[in-house]
Amino acid sequence: MKNFLAFITVLVLGYMIVVSLDNNEAFPAYGEADVSSRVSQAFIDRSVTEDPGDIIFGQATNLESGPANIVTAIVADYRSFDTLGEVTVLFVSSLGVALLLGGKKQKRLELNFHPNFMLRVGSRALFGIILMTGVYIAIHGHLTPGGGFPGGAMIASSMLLLYLADDEFRAKIKGFKMLESFAGTAYVLIGLTGLLLGGYFLENLLDNGVIGDLFSAGIIPIVYVLIGLKVGSEISGIIDNFLTEEGV
Amino acid sequence: MDLVNIVEIIVSVLMLILAFLAINSKSLVKSVMFLSALSMLAVVGFVLMKAPDVAVTEAVIGSGLVTSLFIFTLLAARKVGNK
Repeated sequence: MKNFLAFITVLVLGYMIVVSLDNNEAFPAYGEADVSSRVSQAFIDRSVTEDPGDIIFGQATNLESGPANIVTAIVADYRSFDTLGEVTVLFVSSLGVALLLGGKKQKRLELNFHPNFMLRVGSRALFGIILMTGVYIAIHGHLTPGGGFPGGAMIASSMLLLYLADDEFRAKIKGFKMLESFAGTAYVLIGLTGLLLGGYFLENLLDNGVIGDLFSAGIIPIVYVLIGLKVGSEISGIIDNFLTEEGV
Repeated sequence: MDLVNIVEIIVSVLMLILAFLAINSKSLVKSVMFLSALSMLAVVGFVLMKAPDVAVTEAVIGSGLVTSLFIFTLLAARKVGNK
């Protein structure tokens, strides 16, 4: 049954990709591509001398790319496919750690270091603040510096704080694994939706909105929140693998 | 010379000193601590160079995650050594 479902999924995805690439203006037949109108050439030829008009924070609409943070515009819009590759690199590294260090019966690593009561309570209080900062950074990736990767790492460091302060604590790693696979699948599905409806993989389908609003810049906040969840759960899984050992 | 330049020079000199200490200190735990302080100063350097995105990432990963992973690994290795 599982194999059959996987086969159907692969068939549907393959059909979708073939349909959206067939008769696509961006992918002409072999030898017919006009290299001079390709993306890089278009950007080289773009005029910078004529007045592009002022972009006013909180007012300007219908911009070419929505986010107020220029790094996010490159990472999650122009070069979103590279970001998918980066996420894959992190996934493969966490897979390697899990293959090496993960086992069946696991318990916490016993160290010559036992946290006292004050450390335990204080870190519980700090945990919420660090987690909320991480979530804030991931959600506001298109407005302020930061974004999915630092936000996710901050979420993971709040998990690390819990591990550090309590030598009995273990997170529910199964939930993290499900969250990770959900976020990764959703990222690829958003990209395929763009390919099907807009013509490019990870095309920014939604309206760009007003620059500076929380709900602006199309799919960029969605993608960055997904990246933040994926990175956070992946690094939390790596931390759990580092701090557990196989039981006797 | 304005204030920013002076701060930049102080930060760079401190970073060099900390890097030297991190390499040369006898205790490994102290070495990791110097490395963490070096990352913290690198954050200041990135902010001065107007790269806040890199600064946020460096603050979280360089001085947070990497330091604690090093410390835990050192503690675990020491435990195995004691056995």
